[in-house]
Amino acid sequence: MNTILARLNALFAFSLSVTAAVAFACFLTTNFLDYSQKVDIDVNKVVIKNMEEFYVGDRHDLGHIIFTLKANFTPVFNWNCKELFLYLMAEYETPQNKLNQVVLWDHIINRGENPVVNIRKRSNKYYFFDDGAFLRGNKLQISLHWNIIPNAGYLWRVPGGGSITLDLPESYGTSRI
Amino acid sequence: MDIFSDLRRLNKRQVYFQVLNFAMIISSALMIWKGMMVATGSESPIVVVLSGSMEPAFYRGDLLFLTNYRADPVRAGEIVVFKIEGRDIPIVHRVIKLHEKADGKVKFLTKGDNNEVDDRGLYKPGQLWVERDHVVGRARGFIPYVGIVTILMNDYPKLKYAVLGLLGLFVLIHRE
Repeated sequence: MNTILARLNALFAFSLSVTAAVAFACFLTTNFLDYSQKVDIDVNKVVIKNMEEFYVGDRHDLGHIIFTLKANFTPVFNWNCKELFLYLMAEYETPQNKLNQVVLWDHIINRGENPVVNIRKRSNKYYFFDDGAFLRGNKLQISLHWNIIPNAGYLWRVPGGGSITLDLPESYGTSRI
Repeated sequence: MDIFSDLRRLNKRQVYFQVLNFAMIISSALMIWKGMMVATGSESPIVVVLSGSMEPAFYRGDLLFLTNYRADPVRAGEIVVFKIEGRDIPIVHRVIKLHEKADGKVKFLTKGDNNEVDDRGLYKPGQLWVERDHVVGRARGFIPYVGIVTILMNDYPKLKYAVLGLLGLFVLIHRE
């Protein structure tokens, strides 16, 4: 250990091992925690229309949903959770497809930002087109899920408690939302 | 300089030993990589994030661990790594829409968290959905910054050759 090069080499190897150990410790200490939370979902208004879907070219059913969401994510954040990616998902079945999952709205909460979610009468963020025209009279299972993005570790996807079932209207609506 | 005195003392057997040593290192690395491919079911079990389209979750240079188990179905909200026909570069985005038929055939739409619009503009002309066969793997584990080395080596190819050349030289010449 008497040349600059040998010292630099030793320093580099040591810092590499320490960083790896810290990353592993981050992973071990937070991987097995319970990240679920109770969520309050409410749907205020639903309208179904039928129009030509962009790019696709066919006329598909378009759903428009206005919802209210309340949740508190304070206990979910820890030293290893750097971001929470929330997504509101609608799940339903049609004669054409056994399973359909559509993300209606998403939101990012970074560690340090306000972890309380209080969304009132928000419109869906993304176009809710069906792969067909099977939304009328159908049943939607609407639930909030979140993706834990760690500083180092497993990317958990957690389903939130408090999912609701929504009965879609039997006919097309004409109201503007 | 130690290196040259070492070189003068090498005889044929030691040269063979050094070459074999080198080959052992290469083949162990290859075995580990192929072993991971089998264990995870993915053709590329570790990927480096190349673009900023998933910020603030993933930045350029972050490392993702993928699995691609056939029995584990793709679901909306998952982060998938997929390839578009005709392009080499894998894309790391999130599934926002999914339609699965009774026989298991599934098609989905993806979008990067940091992008305003979905990926239909990125797909091959005429392609509207991503299918299971396009998927390289689903992101399950994450470690930050480690992949910066790969990005640097890609952006500056001379650096890649210099590093590999130097490493090879040192392994062959040093007896320890």
